Amino acid sequence: MQRSPFRDLIVGLFVLCGLASIGYLSFKVGGLYYTGPSGFKLVATFDEVGDLKVRSAVVIAGVKVGEVESIQLDDMLRARCVLDIDPNLDLDVETSAAIMTAGLLGEKFVALEPGGADELLHSGDEISRTVSAISIENLIGKFVNDTGLDKK
Amino acid sequence: MRVKPIENLGFRSLVILEHFGRIAQFGLRIVVCLLLPPYRIRRLLADVYDAGVLSLPVVCLSGAVVGGTLSLLGYTTLVRFGAEEALGALVGLAVIRELGPVLTALLVTGRAGSAIAAEIATMVTTEQLDGLRMMSIDPVDFVVSPKGFAMLIVMPLLVALFIVFALAGGYGIAVGLLGVDGGSFMSSMEGSVKFWDDVSGCFSKAITFGMITGLIATYRGYISEPTAAGVSAATTGTVVIGSVSILIFDFFLNGFWGV
Repeated sequence: MQRSPFRDLIVGLFVLCGLASIGYLSFKVGGLYYTGPSGFKLVATFDEVGDLKVRSAVVIAGVKVGEVESIQLDDMLRARCVLDIDPNLDLDVETSAAIMTAGLLGEKFVALEPGGADELLHSGDEISRTVSAISIENLIGKFVNDTGLDKK
Repeated sequence: MRVKPIENLGFRSLVILEHFGRIAQFGLRIVVCLLLPPYRIRRLLADVYDAGVLSLPVVCLSGAVVGGTLSLLGYTTLVRFGAEEALGALVGLAVIRELGPVLTALLVTGRAGSAIAAEIATMVTTEQLDGLRMMSIDPVDFVVSPKGFAMLIVMPLLVALFIVFALAGGYGIAVGLLGVDGGSFMSSMEGSVKFWDDVSGCFSKAITFGMITGLIATYRGYISEPTAAGVSAATTGTVVIGSVSILIFDFFLNGFWGV
């Protein structure tokens, strides 16, 4: 078998393109990435997260700044969400977190709203003010309760 | 005699069973040849070129068109519910979980698998394999194993490229033609596709299909009759049996392991 530099180059390029595609699919689309120690984490505890999922977006003023890293039940039986967000943001301690829905039936996401305090949040801090997800069933239940439709 | 048809059925079943056994033996021989030196890197490279690089145009073009079609079809349904933002999730999941691996495997079987079978069958017909044996070179080691292994390497790479082109095609149609917001397309896709659920399953399918295609193409070429009709039968057989096996394996991968 003869060496043929042109063919070898093409094969090399092909393999590189294929590996790059696998990488893109795994890391960017599939969300398999290694968060090093530089990842800036905030903890937010909600009474109700609805169908918020791991990897749901975290936004400030509609701009995506991070993702939900994990959702677990804490000792108080509330949902403890760890948010992994952009470390370059200067968020103050009065920042509040709310779970919102994109459109009527869209995906849930966490919206952060900065407050006006001078003191800044550090990685691992807890966001004290949170607004839980609105559940349509609860709203309807409340409506039925308030209007007395459930009693004859 | 009345028992003749039953006899025929029995004979045919045994022939099919025998093929299964022989394919397993053949696969084992390929693995042994690959593990033991000499390692035929240059031959492998040539076969990766034939099976992979030459399949690129057809795979990339099909990917882009399939992605665009999915976008068009999904949009007409989703827009009724005002959920166009979910288009990215639809295209991403459909392409990564199912269409990417299966369509690529079918295309590669038709494009490269048939070529491998035809090449080996022609070598059988023109007694080139016997010539190799005379020089005490094992044809499975020299001809068959690099081709089979090249298929295994090439399939995941081609599947990945197909998917990337399909996502690009879907994005292009959704954003350029249908006016869906590009950011929400990407974020709904990235939000719904999980590595350990979807992407890893996609590549385990790709590897399985690569093995099936490589094994069937080389085996079918290797056992072909040394005639012109034998070559054509080997080519047809590879495409038919290869495609059907891919679909069957896809069903079982989905059903048993939820891949």
